[in-house]
This record gives sequence, structure tokens and C-alpha cells, in this order.
Amino acid sequence: MNIEPIARQRPSRNRSFGVVRKLLSVNWLFVLCICLLFGVGYAALYSAGGGSVSPYANSQLVRFLGMLALMFAIAMVDIRVIAKASWPAYVLGLLLLLFVMKFGHTGLGAKRWITVGGVEIQPSELMKLFLTMALAAYFCRANYERVGQWLFLVVPAIVVLVPVGLILKEPNLGTAVITALIGSTVMLGAGVRWWKFAIIIVVIAVAAPLLYHHLHAYQQARIITFLNPGSDPLGAGYNIIQSKIALGSGGWTGQGYLHGTQNQLNFLPEKQTDFVFTIIAEEFGFLGSFAVLCLLFSIIGIALYESITCAHAYGRLVALGIATNFFLYCFVNLSMVMGLIPVGGVPLPLISYGGSALTAVMLGFGVLMSIHVHRDVEFSAGEF
Amino acid sequence: MRRDNKERVAFSRRALLIGTAQLGIFGAIAGKLYNLQVSQHGKYAMLAEQNSISERLVAPLRGLITDRFGVTLAGNQQHWRALFMQALTPQPEIVLENFYRLVPLSDDEKARIATELAHRPKYIPVLLKDYLEWADMAAIEVNTPDLPGVIVEAGASRDYPYGPGLAHAVGYVARPNEREAQAQTIFALPGMRIGRTGVEAAQDDALRGSPGFVQTETNVHGEIVRQVAEDMGIPGQTVALGIDAGLQALAVQRLGTDAGAAVVLDATTGEILAMASNPSFDPAVFDKGVPAELWNSFLADPKDPLQNKVIAGLFAPGSTFKPTVALAAMKCGALTADTILTCTGSFTLGDHVFWCDNHVAHGSISVDAALQVSCDVFFYQVALRVGIDRMAEMAHTMGLATDLGVDLPDAEPGFLPTLEWAKAKGIYWAEGSTVVQGIGQGYTQLTPLALATMMARLATGVAVGPHIARRIGGTLQDASAAGNWPTLEVDPAHLAVIRKALFDVVNTPQGTAYASRLTLPNVQMAGKTGTAQVHNNTAAEKQKGFNDLTMAWEDRPNALFVGFAPYDNPRYAVAVVIEHGNFGAQSAAPVARDLITYALINDPAGRDTPLNGPVAAAPSAT
Repeated sequence: MNIEPIARQRPSRNRSFGVVRKLLSVNWLFVLCICLLFGVGYAALYSAGGGSVSPYANSQLVRFLGMLALMFAIAMVDIRVIAKASWPAYVLGLLLLLFVMKFGHTGLGAKRWITVGGVEIQPSELMKLFLTMALAAYFCRANYERVGQWLFLVVPAIVVLVPVGLILKEPNLGTAVITALIGSTVMLGAGVRWWKFAIIIVVIAVAAPLLYHHLHAYQQARIITFLNPGSDPLGAGYNIIQSKIALGSGGWTGQGYLHGTQNQLNFLPEKQTDFVFTIIAEEFGFLGSFAVLCLLFSIIGIALYESITCAHAYGRLVALGIATNFFLYCFVNLSMVMGLIPVGGVPLPLISYGGSALTAVMLGFGVLMSIHVHRDVEFSAGEF
Repeated sequence: MRRDNKERVAFSRRALLIGTAQLGIFGAIAGKLYNLQVSQHGKYAMLAEQNSISERLVAPLRGLITDRFGVTLAGNQQHWRALFMQALTPQPEIVLENFYRLVPLSDDEKARIATELAHRPKYIPVLLKDYLEWADMAAIEVNTPDLPGVIVEAGASRDYPYGPGLAHAVGYVARPNEREAQAQTIFALPGMRIGRTGVEAAQDDALRGSPGFVQTETNVHGEIVRQVAEDMGIPGQTVALGIDAGLQALAVQRLGTDAGAAVVLDATTGEILAMASNPSFDPAVFDKGVPAELWNSFLADPKDPLQNKVIAGLFAPGSTFKPTVALAAMKCGALTADTILTCTGSFTLGDHVFWCDNHVAHGSISVDAALQVSCDVFFYQVALRVGIDRMAEMAHTMGLATDLGVDLPDAEPGFLPTLEWAKAKGIYWAEGSTVVQGIGQGYTQLTPLALATMMARLATGVAVGPHIARRIGGTLQDASAAGNWPTLEVDPAHLAVIRKALFDVVNTPQGTAYASRLTLPNVQMAGKTGTAQVHNNTAAEKQKGFNDLTMAWEDRPNALFVGFAPYDNPRYAVAVVIEHGNFGAQSAAPVARDLITYALINDPAGRDTPLNGPVAAAPSAT
């Protein structure tokens, strides 16, 4: 029996493990990446505020610090406790979705968020995490043979489709698609065959024209605009044109911090939220925006590394879901800013101004940290 | 265990595949980014430069200043102005030359335009000319092709319906100077104004608003093809003052051509209901830029039209200071309601003789009678008993010579001497100085606002602070809400004694202000007259009497009156100062009586426009 140095000891069979030692075993590289990304966001929001810490930068900093503390708190919770909470969390998420449809605040014609103790919460954002956890809890005990059975997949299919349906009803097309994609990715990680997804994609492709007629007018308009941005230069397409001009005028090194003409000119109505990347790209150029891309991907990379190195299936699947969630945030937002996909109201995580996405992402990171700290624990047979 | 490992390997393979796919997509994003930012940089940089949809910021509409009933005291009036967006033309110099040929401008203005063109960000247009004449507009319109980038638009200028009557209270606005324009972008916008005095300055933040924008589409020649979008920004908030425009108009009318000041307060909240200062000026001239000769004439005028004498005029209070002296004496036990002192018409201290007014011997009198007939000898003696420091202390409690925190710029606290001050200044403090302090002469310098505040505090027993803003953006200010001021730290019994004495001043035939008693049924005013020497009159001069009209105007004493009403349930406090108006009873008290009469009949205190309803007209005087 070889004795490891104390610092390298990790929680395993013993449920309780000193908080100090747990804190030491947090993945500090990951924390550093988070803080660096937020720093970039702070600088961009400072610029969006016209070279001022108000109204955006400092209030976002307060939110971030609060969420950072929450992240560490969650990291200290044993992953088995979190795993046990998966299904209750999922049910809570569904209730919140129902609640928001009845009583939530309305933004841009859609009921999307509620405010709890001054923190904006968008149940659809939380649902992405809770769905991941529920699917992981479902699949982590199953072997590949069972995953291969069609019947076994009925429950997870319902588990994914119910929240997706509710989010579509809000209506929030972008988040609904993202939620479905996260669910699919977790199922893929759990061993569901590729071709089963191929079948679903074909079904969707056929159903899309039918679905289109059931979309809201603004959603139809977004898709039309996407297909032909010139058709409505002063409506939604205006944003894309201005956003592309902002990106394009950045060049290699940018126009200089606080000197981006497009941003300082207020050409973009929601530059501090969804279009925050244009500020970085215009003022710091391609070098700056590429550096941010690298930082964003480092988060995804570390999350995937956590998923591969985790000893238990629950942690592997949840980490995969969290990595995918973060990836989809970045992908949708960046593509939107570059005019590759329709404008979807998806913020750039850790950088955009706003509370609900930050809350959801940081909660997920808390769970990811817990997975890291407790990557060697074993789930006993009757645990849940 | 082996199966578990097998599954783990399978998972790792899938996770890696997913990760690789995600990395690939990130790579594609980076590639597209490179394409946009680097490969197509030239195209987009040019688009950014000549963004065919150009945007310019527009100044927000300045908030209104109204009286308590919603009557506009400072509004906005439309005029036309010519702006220049240099970004819309490659050759701004030529355009400017063309413009100057059509609309001649002074060299100063041309220099200003050149400076602004050099310093302004390109989304902020530069003002070419305000207040365009019809002929100018026609000339610009006809020559549009020669004037790419020149925009004619409607702008707002500040309009003051009450003109000089409210110039001091409301204040005026002016164009921000170049330093302000460069410090804060919003001030660089053409048409933007900044409050320089009065409420315009004090509430500038609330009145300012946030800028809007106009998006226009331009062709390659820089001509505007069409307006694309417009956002008028957020107009400034409406600031409703405590002022009652009707009462204010009466105050202005009653001051007439006399130099002086009049102020009426809501005695329970300290709200300023009327505030007139004479002579005055037309506040509208500052909006267009005041001509140098006019400005110099303001500065040269000995009657100082630019000063708000209510808050910044410093006057010896004269006998209006006596109630405070009496309160100080009662507090330290030197005086009670029954204390009898003797007036022989003069008072000798050492080798100096201090005279009573007109050398009248009042005989044996109490504090009530001494205030009623304004006996000086009584208060010479009381002042000696109290001492200078305790008088100053009571005066501060009553709101005199202390920072009242009024929400107007350039307010003067006034001044009262203390032994400490005399020591610091190296002044030998003779007892004689304390004696004259007892009748409000000597070093004492107070503002009419402080005197009115003193009256309000005396009347209500509440330490009210004067203020002018009542509602900002509809929100009632804390200071204007009833019951928000602390109780005055003076024995209520003492206050009652003084109030009764001041009642006798106005309502008994012996009282100095009997001629100015109210003629309303069942309601009385209480008050105190004051006649204050403006310089050290010689004994001979004093013997001659102040009502000698052979005395030069600037040598005549100031006339003062302070009062409150109704006596039994005080709601209004008033202070009137007529500069060199001789007797307070003669010139100041009738003005105060008329103001109080108007206030009692119309009763503006506590009332204002219903918040959600239409603007109600001010109640008409009956």
C-alpha cells in the first residue's frame, strides 16, 4: 500500500473530507480561466459604458463575485449528494418553467425570467443543467447493452422533450434547440448509437416546414432575415450588418481600447449583452478576439478533460453536458454575431452583461468543480 | 470492473470525438473571424468610415420647471438651427465656405466652429447657427447640393414665461463651454444647455435627460436621402417647485421698482412659496449668449440685479433680531415674561450713550411691550445680560447665520459675531459691541431667507429648512412632506411668550405694525418690524431721524418686516426687505401683509397638482 502525499489525497470512499483539503484540490487552472474571461468581459463592459464602470461593468462584477462564491460552495458538496439531488432538481426546473409561464417577467414578447432575491433566474437556463443531471443519473447505472434497447430510451426521450416543449412555448426557440442538443449529447456520451440521432435529424428536417408555420411571427422573421439579411436592412438584419461592420473594421490589432467607432457610436442597440463580442473584436482586432476564442475553448477543454478523467459515470456525463452547454453558448453567440445563424438572444457566457446566463453557467461550474474534487469517489450500489 | 473499464474507454472515445468536433467548429469560427476581420478588413473599414446609415446624437428636451400647480416657469420653445455633420462630406472646408457665403457669421463664431470640428467625435454634429431666420433657411434649402452635411432641424431653446419675475429662483441656462463639452459628451451636443444659476443649476442633473439619436441614410454625396430611425432620448424630468406663481407675481408687483427682496415660506415644511429679488433681469438672454455690454452693465449696477437677494443679500436685521435676543435671554434665565426693565430714552455704558428710537422714554416695560413698541434700551440691557456668544447660539438654533442647506446655488449663510471670531480677527470686543448686537446692528449680516426661516421656526416650533424643489419627476421630496422636520430645541413656553408679543406688534394700536394688520375676518398675523442702519450713522444723524428724505438714498436705513400667520395656527412665514426703504413699518410691512393675505385666501401650502390628473389651473384670487 503506497501512501500518497496529503495534498494529492482525494476524497474517495470516505464521504467527509476536510473543506480546506477540498479547497486545495479544486482545479485552479479552471478558476483562473474563468476569472480571465470575466476580466475580458469587465473591460468590454467598461467600454460599452462609454469608458465608465457604470452602468454595466461594476454591477456585473458584483454578480460575478457572488456567483464565484456560490461556485466554490457547490464544489465542496459531495458529488454523490448532488447526484441524489438530480431528479428533485429536474422536477424543480419543470415547476419553475411552468411558474415562469404564468408569472414571469416579459422580455421582447416572451415570458422568460423571474427574480429571486435580486438575482434574475431564467428557468430555461437552469433546466439545461438539471436536465443534464437527470439524464446522467438515469444512464450512470446502465450498461451498454441496456442503452442499446429502444424501450430503455423512452424515459430519457420524455425527460428531454418535456422541458424542450415548455421552453418552445415561452417562446424561446434558441434555448429550446440548445436544450435538445445538450440532451442528445449526454445520451450520445451514455452510449446511444449515432444512427439513432441521424433518424431524429431526418425526422426534424421533414417536419421543419410544418413547424415553421407554428412559429411566432418574430421567429419567422428571424429565419427569413437569416436567409436573406438584405431583405430588411433596418430591422433585425440591421444588427447583423452593423455587427459585421464592427468586426470587420477591427483588422489585425483593432481600433484601440475605447476607440471602436461602431461601439462608441451606439450602432448596436444591445451591444453590452448579446453583441458584446463585437466590442472586443473591434477594439482589439483579430488578435484580441482570437485570444478570447482560445480562452473560451480552454474552458470547454478542461470540462471535457474532467469528464474523461472522472472515475464514475455520473460525473463523466454531467461534465460532458456542462462542456457542451458552454460550447453551445459560445457557438450560437459567436455565429450570431458573425451573421452565420439567426439572432437568437443567446449571450456570450462570462462576458455578456446580464445575470441569468451567468447564474446558470456558474452553477454548472460549481457542479463541475465538485466532480473534479470528488472524481475518485465510488457510488455504492443502493445509493440512489 | 473490466466491463466498467471498457465502457470508460468507449466514453472517452466519444467524449474526445465530441471535443474534437467542438474544437473544429471553434476553428471554423476563428477562420470566419479571420476572414471578416483581416481578409475583408478593407471593405468593412470603409463601410464603417462611410457607414451609409449614419447616426447622430440629438440633445434631449430639457425638463420643465413648474410651480406647485403645474404652471410652467421654464419651458422649451422651438426654433430652427443649422448643424454640420463633417463625416458626411469629404471636403468640410468647402462646405463651410459655401455656408458662410449664404449665412454670414462673426469671426468669433467661425473660430468656435473650427475648434469644435477639430475636437468633436464624428457622430456629434457641430452647431453652425442657432435661431435661423426665415431668409437663412430658404437660402440653405435652395443651395442644398452645395452643402452636403449641413442639416437644418428644429431645436428647443429655453423659455421663461415669468421673465425677470422669477429670474433668480428659476435661474437661467447657457451653452456649455468648450471645457465642459470635452469633459462630458452630452454637453457637446448642439442645443444642449447647462443650468448656471437658480433651480436650473441646482437641479441640472434631473432636468438634463439622456440624448437620443437620429439615423439617416445618406448617398455618396453626403446628402441625406431619408431618415431611418429616430429616438428622441429621454427628456429631462419635470421639476415642480414649491413656488405659487400667483403669489410670486404679487411679490414682484408689490416690490415694484424698489430694490429689495421678499420671501414667503410654508411655515410647517420650509417650502419656498414666493421668492422675489429686485432689481432683476431677463433670464432668456443667457440662452442665446449674453452680449458683453449687457453683461458689463449687470456687473456695474450698484443694485446688483444678478444677485438673488433672498438667499445671498446680506442685511443687518435691525429690530427683527430682537425676538431671537429675547429667546436667548429666556433660555439662560436672564429674562422672564414678567421681567421689568426701565427705558429712559437712552442707555449709558461707560462714556457712550445708546439712544432709543427717536429718544422716546418707554418707562418700565416687559419683554412683550418692548417688542410691541420696539424699545431699543430694553434690548441693550438684555443683550448685556445674555452676552454675544449665547445670542449667536440661539440665532443658529433659529436658522440665522447658519447653513440652511437650501437647494439653490450661491446661498450665503450670513454672519453673526462671536468672541472666538473677534479673538481670531484680533478685534477688541467692547461691551458696546454686544449692546448694539441686541438690536441687530453691528457686525450682524443676515439673508431674508434666514429671517423668514427664523419666523417659521418661531411660529411652528419645528426646525424647518427652506427649500424650493417640491417634486422631481413627480416624486414628492422628503423635505416637502409634512412632519419630516425635527422639533426645535427651544422651550415651547418661551416661544409662546414671543409669539404673543409679535401678535401685539401687529394687532394692538401701540404696535409698530398696527397699520399693516390683516383685514381678513378671524385671522391674524404676528410679526416684527425692523429699521436697520446701513452704516455707522453719527449721533447727529440718528437724532435727525431716519424719515428725513433729504438723506441720500444709499444712506437711508433698510426697511424690514418678518412675520407669520395665522397667529393661532401658523402656516405661512414671510420676510420682506426694502433696501433703503426707511421704516420697516412704513414700506416693508404692507408688502408682507399683502403677501400673507394672498397666501391665506388661496392657501397654496400642502397642495399641488393631482399627480395623475390633468394639470390644474392655479386657484384664482378672490
